[in-house]
Amino acid sequence: MSRATLGWIVLGWIGYAVLPWYGFDSAVAPTLSEFVLGGSGLVLGMKGAWWLLPIFAPLLMLLRPVMRPEGRLADWLTASGILGLALILLQGFSIGLNGWTFGILKALFGEPGPHQAGMGYGAALTATSFLILLCHGLAARGWCRGDAFVTSSIGIVMALIVVFVFFPVSTILASAFGDDKGSFAPILFVMKFTDRSIWGLDCLSSDLRCGVAWNTLFLGVLVAFGTTALGLAFALIATRTSFRFKKLLRVMSVLPIITPPFVIGLALILLFGRSGALSAILYEWFGVPRSRWIYGLPGVFISQLLAFTPIAFLVLIGVVQGISPTLEEASQTLRAKSWTTFLTVTLPLMRPGLANAFLLGFVESLADFGNPLVLGGNYEVLSTKIFFAVVGAQQDQGRAAVLSIILLGFTLGAFWLQHAWLGKKVYTTVTGKGDAGIPLPLPRRVAVASYLAAIPWAIFTVVIYAIILIGGFVRSMGRDYTPTLDHFLTAFRVERADWGLYFSGSAWNSFFATVKVAALSAPLTAAIGLLTAYLLTRQRFSGQRAFEFGTLLSFAIPGTVVGVSYILAFNVPPIEITGTGFILVMCFVFRNMPVGVRSGIATLSQIDKSLDEASLTLGARSFTTMRRIVLPLLRPAIVASLVYSFVRAMTAVSAVIFLVTAEYNMATTYIVGRVEAGEFGLAIAYSTVLIIVMLLAIVAIQFAVGERRLGRRSATANAAPLAVQAAP
Amino acid sequence: MNQMSTVSSLALAGASKTSKKEAASVEFRNVTKRYGRVVAVDDVSFSIAAGELVTLLGPSGCGKTTTLRMIAGLEMASEGQILIGNRDVTHLSAADRDVSMVFQSYALFPHMSVLENVAYGPTVQGISKKEAYAMAMEKLALVGLSGLEKRAPSELSGGQQQRVAVARALVLEPQVLLFDEPLSNLDAKLRRRVREDIRELQQSLNLTVAYVTHDQEEALAVSDRIIVMSNARIAQTGTPRELYEEPADLFVADFIGDANILDGVVLDQEGSKARVRIGGITLNLPHRGASAGPVKLAVRPDAIVLNEDPSKSTAVSGVVKKASYLGTQIEYEVDSPVGNLFVVQYSRKEPIAPGTPVSIDIMEHRGVALIPGS
Repeated sequence: MSRATLGWIVLGWIGYAVLPWYGFDSAVAPTLSEFVLGGSGLVLGMKGAWWLLPIFAPLLMLLRPVMRPEGRLADWLTASGILGLALILLQGFSIGLNGWTFGILKALFGEPGPHQAGMGYGAALTATSFLILLCHGLAARGWCRGDAFVTSSIGIVMALIVVFVFFPVSTILASAFGDDKGSFAPILFVMKFTDRSIWGLDCLSSDLRCGVAWNTLFLGVLVAFGTTALGLAFALIATRTSFRFKKLLRVMSVLPIITPPFVIGLALILLFGRSGALSAILYEWFGVPRSRWIYGLPGVFISQLLAFTPIAFLVLIGVVQGISPTLEEASQTLRAKSWTTFLTVTLPLMRPGLANAFLLGFVESLADFGNPLVLGGNYEVLSTKIFFAVVGAQQDQGRAAVLSIILLGFTLGAFWLQHAWLGKKVYTTVTGKGDAGIPLPLPRRVAVASYLAAIPWAIFTVVIYAIILIGGFVRSMGRDYTPTLDHFLTAFRVERADWGLYFSGSAWNSFFATVKVAALSAPLTAAIGLLTAYLLTRQRFSGQRAFEFGTLLSFAIPGTVVGVSYILAFNVPPIEITGTGFILVMCFVFRNMPVGVRSGIATLSQIDKSLDEASLTLGARSFTTMRRIVLPLLRPAIVASLVYSFVRAMTAVSAVIFLVTAEYNMATTYIVGRVEAGEFGLAIAYSTVLIIVMLLAIVAIQFAVGERRLGRRSATANAAPLAVQAAP
Repeated sequence: MNQMSTVSSLALAGASKTSKKEAASVEFRNVTKRYGRVVAVDDVSFSIAAGELVTLLGPSGCGKTTTLRMIAGLEMASEGQILIGNRDVTHLSAADRDVSMVFQSYALFPHMSVLENVAYGPTVQGISKKEAYAMAMEKLALVGLSGLEKRAPSELSGGQQQRVAVARALVLEPQVLLFDEPLSNLDAKLRRRVREDIRELQQSLNLTVAYVTHDQEEALAVSDRIIVMSNARIAQTGTPRELYEEPADLFVADFIGDANILDGVVLDQEGSKARVRIGGITLNLPHRGASAGPVKLAVRPDAIVLNEDPSKSTAVSGVVKKASYLGTQIEYEVDSPVGNLFVVQYSRKEPIAPGTPVSIDIMEHRGVALIPGS
């Protein structure tokens, strides 16, 4: 028996016999002794919580291989692991806060039956050790080449995906099909699903509003077209012309990634709102009356266009660069004019890129929550509608679940379309051979069109960011341009008290909570994401496809849906973690993990597999191999996933707005609150601070992780890690 | 490659000083490897004696690399037993087997120097860095790379990288050393040289070596024994000479060396010999279990003699279609009633011009074999 196995057996015992079985809330326990021993599963079991006692059996079974190691270790570990996990799950799901959870049990044993709270540290530790011991047992039976590290990793990641992706999603499905009491009600579901407010088409025939689903789809398609066209114009200018400000284009493509999504909407209000800067000018100079036109479809459309065009740009620039110039030269030597070449060779080759950009724009628009919330007005979309169904006056979780399913259906449908359409075609234009061709200059009319589209847009973006920069430093945009630091002082005042510094600014609470959650979730995200990538590329095991699907599923789920599903799933025992910082961290980890997985897979597939094998045959186990060979070569992917998950954790609104509490308020939700209260200056100032913090963090991460050392090959081996991952 | 000539003497010195572990035998007992429905290795049994160099030879996709990787523990057998040094290692992971491997791509760690690469094995075994470096330096000297230990692998030539890979595999003094097409990334001249070096190293250090290649010439040159694989099974096992002179089937006859596969008829048997007729030529060959009736024969290209002198005419005549002059030998393609023949002739100055009628004879003592069961 290995030391690791023994250690996990000990931990399993500690979790059951020493640590408190229930509750993550440490404030409940007044004294240490009571906290540690009195609340343990064993003690509670003796005191009357009889359902905890069966768990004693698999723990005793684990002692047998400890006493007599020569026996059949694998069988004992596997059997007690399965039994232990099954028992914990069974008692957890059948006994809830208010007694039996299943109708059959109520009928058999009478109501309300025993009750229990959510699982705590003890339960978590014991369940984890059962899981890992099960994996050790499977490894001893020869699974995954007998590698306990690999089986345990697969087990842990799978368990996490099941708990934090599949479980919430299935809860939301169950909730949509149930009535208020939780019993199965398909007719109610059909009624909710076919509701006029969702699918109505009144706007075509009368003045009434259309259904929210049509609104969402219409906006999504509009934004997708717009971002793709603008992105293409920018990409063509950046790669195929001698435009002088290409560097600026690059900066502009990165800025929106570190901008909280609703900030652009906010800047639009400051420009075009009733008291906006531009509205004021138009009124004073030309007598154009101030209006609220920006609130509604135009505002949301413009802000999403601004926010998501860079993503289309990043996708398309890779595609445009990837087109082999030799193909165009071949076309020219066959007497095609440059316009014909562009139309018949270049454009068709860009098709997968265009489709990709289009679908990304569509999905981003569907998932966006901040801009519709700030600018939507009467134009309702699914993501905001879901939010108001949960927190608004209706408090209708079933309705939120139904809306979530529709939104989820749209996004998954978009991904499926992309897969089905692009999966069958091969557009390989980058081969292993060097390409000596020179890219064709753009045909005149294409160049002119690109410039006409891109330059006004670029100027507009610059203006928006100027507003963001200035807005924090003036008293009130549009009305009073007196320079002031008031907004910053309100938010970030630090006073000197007798006992040290006192952070009296109103924003400090949410700021510290945000930084804490982001700093905790970033390394976790990177670790789990890269581990998953390693397992997917370097190991073969049954269920690999389902495993991959699980990681990608969390990528496709819009944030609002994640938020709703988390409060539905984690508000009741056995896993009761709403209101803690933990749920925020886990939410971010599983929202952002797919990026770690993707960049990990991309980097790992560039690294020859025989490097790992060489290390293995030299006697290094997979953990050592991972630490000494794989990780040093993965540095670019580590940076990418750390940066992305940190930035996303700082800027996300959609999912967290459901999960924040007074204790764990996040910066973004705080800012949204300020916007709704009309305190634009404060909101803008806070956003500026966030952007600066993120920039600093990116530099710090780059510095801490360091460059990958590859001898003289390093010059070519660096791809832009952020380029591909700018998806929802 | 100037240092390579010193390898043998250094190797001998190194062997006397460092070989503490005995070389071990390798044995496969009815091993099968499946990937889903695909059978990569099908019920294969063989053994490699300690201190022997055995080559796994076959066309790509025949299962030879999978077999090698199963010895290393990089693939796990679906069925059967694998023994190394008479110990059952079937379920042991690669890290737990005393086996090292030289990879086709060399698999040098790009983020480590040459010295760190070679010292990696001892370091992860928990040996102190100083000692690990000393062991690494010794093996680097053995392969003639002293003085290059500070370089990054990417700063070495292909041949040097290959030797780093060998040094790294040798540093733990494994019971079994595996080579996976080690020469495929080297140019033709270097290949001959390096394969001789590997053979010398193996013999002087008395290593058990399993060697995978698809190049039959390479296999013939370095091996004690060759295992020819085809379609996931072993086609034939034997010394290079046995394989060349007594191929077990059509595949082996065709794969090892060049062979003209001709139809013949066994007329009768007498003791261990049989009289076989090909066209008009009658040969006296070992019968190898063939009974009277039609049979196939493998005739090596140098066993066929062409004669353009019409006076010495034999039973079979043909016409030269092509002639290629290759310096030491001349290769012909000859059209004849018994089939299209590929003929090699040595020690001739002037090639026979295409279109010339020739008489054909087959020398029965020189590379002609009945193929059993055909």
